[in-house]
Amino acid sequence: MIAFLLSRLGHGLLVLFVVSVLAFLLGNVVGDPVASILGLEAAESDRAALRVRLSLDDPLVLRYAYYLGDLLSGRFGNSYGAQRPIVDLLAERIPATVELALTALLLSVALGVLLGVLAAAYPQNRLVRLVMTSSVIGVSVPTFITGILLIGCFSLLLGWLPSFGRGDVVRFGFWSTGLLTASGLKSLIMPSVSLALGQVALVARLTRAEMMGVLRSDYIRFARARGLPERSVHFSHALRNTLIPIITVSGIQLGYLVAFAVVIEQVFQWPGMGLLFLQALAQTDVPLISAFLIVTGLFFVSINLVVDLLYAAADPRLRIKSVAERAG
Amino acid sequence: MSETVTVPTASAPRRGPRLLARLMASPIAALAALVLLLIVLAALFAPWLARTNPYDLAALDLLDSQLPPAFMPGGDPRFLLGTDSQGADLASLILYGVRISLLVGLLAVTISASVGTLAGLVSGYFGGWVDSIVMRIADIQFTFPAMLLALLIGGISQSLLPGDRRAALALPIVVLALGISHWPHFARLVRGAVLTERQKDYVAACRLGGRGHVSIMLRQILPNVLNPVFVLATLDIAFAIMAEATLSFLSFGLPPTQPSLGTLIRTGYGFLFSGEWHLVIFPALTLVLLLVSINIVGDRLRDSLDPKLR
Repeated sequence: MIAFLLSRLGHGLLVLFVVSVLAFLLGNVVGDPVASILGLEAAESDRAALRVRLSLDDPLVLRYAYYLGDLLSGRFGNSYGAQRPIVDLLAERIPATVELALTALLLSVALGVLLGVLAAAYPQNRLVRLVMTSSVIGVSVPTFITGILLIGCFSLLLGWLPSFGRGDVVRFGFWSTGLLTASGLKSLIMPSVSLALGQVALVARLTRAEMMGVLRSDYIRFARARGLPERSVHFSHALRNTLIPIITVSGIQLGYLVAFAVVIEQVFQWPGMGLLFLQALAQTDVPLISAFLIVTGLFFVSINLVVDLLYAAADPRLRIKSVAERAG
Repeated sequence: MSETVTVPTASAPRRGPRLLARLMASPIAALAALVLLLIVLAALFAPWLARTNPYDLAALDLLDSQLPPAFMPGGDPRFLLGTDSQGADLASLILYGVRISLLVGLLAVTISASVGTLAGLVSGYFGGWVDSIVMRIADIQFTFPAMLLALLIGGISQSLLPGDRRAALALPIVVLALGISHWPHFARLVRGAVLTERQKDYVAACRLGGRGHVSIMLRQILPNVLNPVFVLATLDIAFAIMAEATLSFLSFGLPPTQPSLGTLIRTGYGFLFSGEWHLVIFPALTLVLLLVSINIVGDRLRDSLDPKLR
């Protein structure tokens, strides 16, 4: 178990190392820090002074070490575009993306598990079969098209929901939340639904496949023989044993949701990390782009670690197997 | 010497007619295959089918701009799906857009499938440190969703290019970004298959027969692991087309001078709020139709060729 976690931790550190090297190369080798700070018109002497101050003439390895030190103490530098510290920009934008992605995750897992359990429990039901067959459409429609269609329907035709932005937000310290105001909640509906829809089908398919396997096992037949109601057999006996893959998939899904949030934030002009990143790309704001790389790397490494942890905690077989694998 | 040893040669199982029959056994899959075939044919023969060449700027007439579809009030019978803000025929734009989307999808999958298959073949066959390195790189990439990687690679390279080169290099950049972001899927799949094939008697026999590693890998093992690669590649075309459309929608894909379906949707989206819904709906529907039919055909192929992949 410990060996397994250590190896995953090692993997995570390796990923972070690679990402930080890429971000460093992007910011310091591809982009020219002197030109970005002083502008292209600066005098030669000023540029030389700045080169010394930023230790740009040191060997690359040493400069990477400085860069790492800066990162570890949270100094990401300034954004060219906004002319503000990147840390502030990120802190402003992160809550929006987190709320969007978590809402979408909740929606997709709740709906997907429900559908999957029903599909496994009532394989002959017409409605359930229709929904499962059309799930291929759910997988195939790109997220941004779902978003556009929802906007066309609920903003333009019906005028029920706002087509862009986050609505009013309430601030708690550095965290701003849209979950406490009516306009914030209304604005959250379409982005989170369009983000979740593509994933519902995946969760439903997985849950169904796992449930089908579990429902054939002896303890389920025994539970039925004891005369337990079907609903209790499905939801409390069988579902419990399908939770492990669902937990794992939810973790991976959160990753996908964050990735696709970039697209959805563009469609709905949702003021989160993704929109910030797209603006940075459009303006070639190199420090901001490389900061985004670092944050994304950290985020995905942590998600993977948490998923591995949950997986190891939930499945006793894995603890033994992973140790055996390491030893062999 | 080697001629005297009878080496059992691996030959790919004949899959042509039987596969087609299986595909046709399900009415939905048959319909999807038909739709896919029609779309591909329409894209191939776009220059003959399209009323106008949307790349020919001289043929455009601004007086024809912003027309609704022909079946709507105010529509012009010459333009079945209406026209865009430049007066270009939307139906022709879509035909050419499908062409580009398919081209990018096919090229990207060719890259990721060949790089991934080669990497998986080498790492599964040789094992040891080669395997460790290849799989470690694949693992690092697996930490991130492929879609995000494609967006990072494509977006950052487009953003770093000087403005005047962007349009010209857009297609190769998108193809490379998509190809790079998806090779580990093929590598992992092929490596797993090679690990089991390697244990089999025919490989040992080939070695005893004095065949070289390269010949064994490419001529003996490769044909036996191609089935799952074929299936994954089919499903991957859908991924590549979707990812390309997403990149183009975010304006880090193909430029408006060479519009793919995603580019058309992006430009159309700008007109959605002024009531020109046809500019976004028709390209979007075409894209969805294309993706749904590829996915259905791919799923069907997977079920009949390789039940393990399910």
